[in-house]
Amino acid sequence: MMHAPIIEAPPAERAVRQPFVQLQEVTHSYGRLSRTVTALDKTDLKIYEGDFVALVGPSGCGKSTILKLITGLITASSGYVLVAGREIGAEPVRVGMAFQNPTMLPWLTLRDNVMLPLKIVPPFRKDYRRKRKGEYRDRVEALLTQVGLAGFSDKYPWQLSGGMLQRASLCRALIHEPQLLMLDEPFGALDQFTREELWGVMQDLWLTRKPTVVLVTHDLKEAAYLANRICVMQARPGRIIDDNEVPFARPRTVSMTYDTDFVSMTQRLRELIVAASPAKEPTP
Amino acid sequence: MKAQLRRRAGSIALIVGFFLFWELACVAFGIKDLVLPRPSQVVTTLFDRLPAIWPHAVQTLYTTLVGFALGIFFGVLIGVVIGSSRLAYDTAYPLLVGFSSIPKVAVVPIFVLWFGAGTVPAVLTAMILCIFPIVVNVATGLATTEPELEDVMRALKASKLDILVNVGLPRAMPYFFASLKVAITQAFVGTVIAETVASNRGIGNLMMIASSSFDVPLVFAGLLILAALGVALYLIFSFIESRVTGWTRRTDEFAVG
Repeated sequence: MMHAPIIEAPPAERAVRQPFVQLQEVTHSYGRLSRTVTALDKTDLKIYEGDFVALVGPSGCGKSTILKLITGLITASSGYVLVAGREIGAEPVRVGMAFQNPTMLPWLTLRDNVMLPLKIVPPFRKDYRRKRKGEYRDRVEALLTQVGLAGFSDKYPWQLSGGMLQRASLCRALIHEPQLLMLDEPFGALDQFTREELWGVMQDLWLTRKPTVVLVTHDLKEAAYLANRICVMQARPGRIIDDNEVPFARPRTVSMTYDTDFVSMTQRLRELIVAASPAKEPTP
Repeated sequence: MKAQLRRRAGSIALIVGFFLFWELACVAFGIKDLVLPRPSQVVTTLFDRLPAIWPHAVQTLYTTLVGFALGIFFGVLIGVVIGSSRLAYDTAYPLLVGFSSIPKVAVVPIFVLWFGAGTVPAVLTAMILCIFPIVVNVATGLATTEPELEDVMRALKASKLDILVNVGLPRAMPYFFASLKVAITQAFVGTVIAETVASNRGIGNLMMIASSSFDVPLVFAGLLILAALGVALYLIFSFIESRVTGWTRRTDEFAVG
């Protein structure tokens, strides 16, 4: 394959002007004929390399649709989705994805689950048989240790708690050093404290590896804590209505989320989303 | 562990009790050998005439296993094809149900017509009897794979084959093994049916001949052999199943072993 391992380049050299991910007038509809629902309407979005972008908005605004389009899980009804300057599907870009549910394969140990991308994704794939007991194994152990799961790699998914599985899910999304990391509400199903702890874990992972991240979330605090940039979306039709940088210094801490600047930022986002939400049905 | 021991003791007691009741009932009501021989008589017959019975048992076992192996091979093949595509699933299912509702005794004469009497029709009958549970279960296992698990693979740009090998097939394994336990007993039924109708060897044939000469204890000895073989094979596959698909039962023994 022709692509160089971008991860190793120092940050200064990676400041490329060309957007890494680009959506051009992308429209996507679900269903057909009279029952179509336009999830995303003529959306433009540019994401630069090494950035951490959060997509927030009311439910049904097409946040997850954008993720699936970039990952190639679905194809846009119209418009272009470009990754690394090429149309989706043709690009040799490695993508990692973490979902709202940990989606671990129940018949594999934690180690084998995390190692799965190395078995599938080139160029790791060709060395899988040779290295899975050596180099790859060490790599999985190192990553699991970084997220606080040292010593759990021989366990099966059902033996672990939801928070632990979600950590492992992050590891699986990162093990093959993806240039692009897609997070689809990965902390949504966790309790408050576990969630806040995992924000820290996620921030560390991003700071040490600097992949380009797109995070979909309902949690505004989470978006403001983790992201460099927050895009607010409206529903029906799905559109980006606000796009702002997050100015806070890194590494960020949970106590920072109670600072006035931080609170006023999340407050502003909240108002935008409330205004963008489709009219509520009258409550009985 | 204690509960398991109790279950095992219970099932042994039930088996022993069953035979004991049978024996006592025969004695108490003075039932003739010709109608229902006592278990002790059956066992004695079995041991006395073992040299004569043995080759038939081997023949039946061999036929069943060959038919079963063919059934697994074609069953998995057809199951994978049907289970991996929604279209194939919807199209082929009615035909499959149609085939599986044909009484299999009815096809034995056809096989005899095509291949002559002997081992071949018996193998084929065993195969078609055990193939349907395998096809249906493998197809169901594949077709009900959670889309989220497939999305994990698709996000990695895995090929269809990768998804099948890494997610579909392991996911279908518990279904497959559940079907094997049904299939092996079905294969026995198929073999014995064919041997009874058209063969000069095997337990089925032995029982036919024994009953026509009113040698009822020998008929029952044949039944006993069949039951023993069936139980043995069932146990073997249960054991393999628990080794391979322990993750569905979430036992710690599996995690350690």
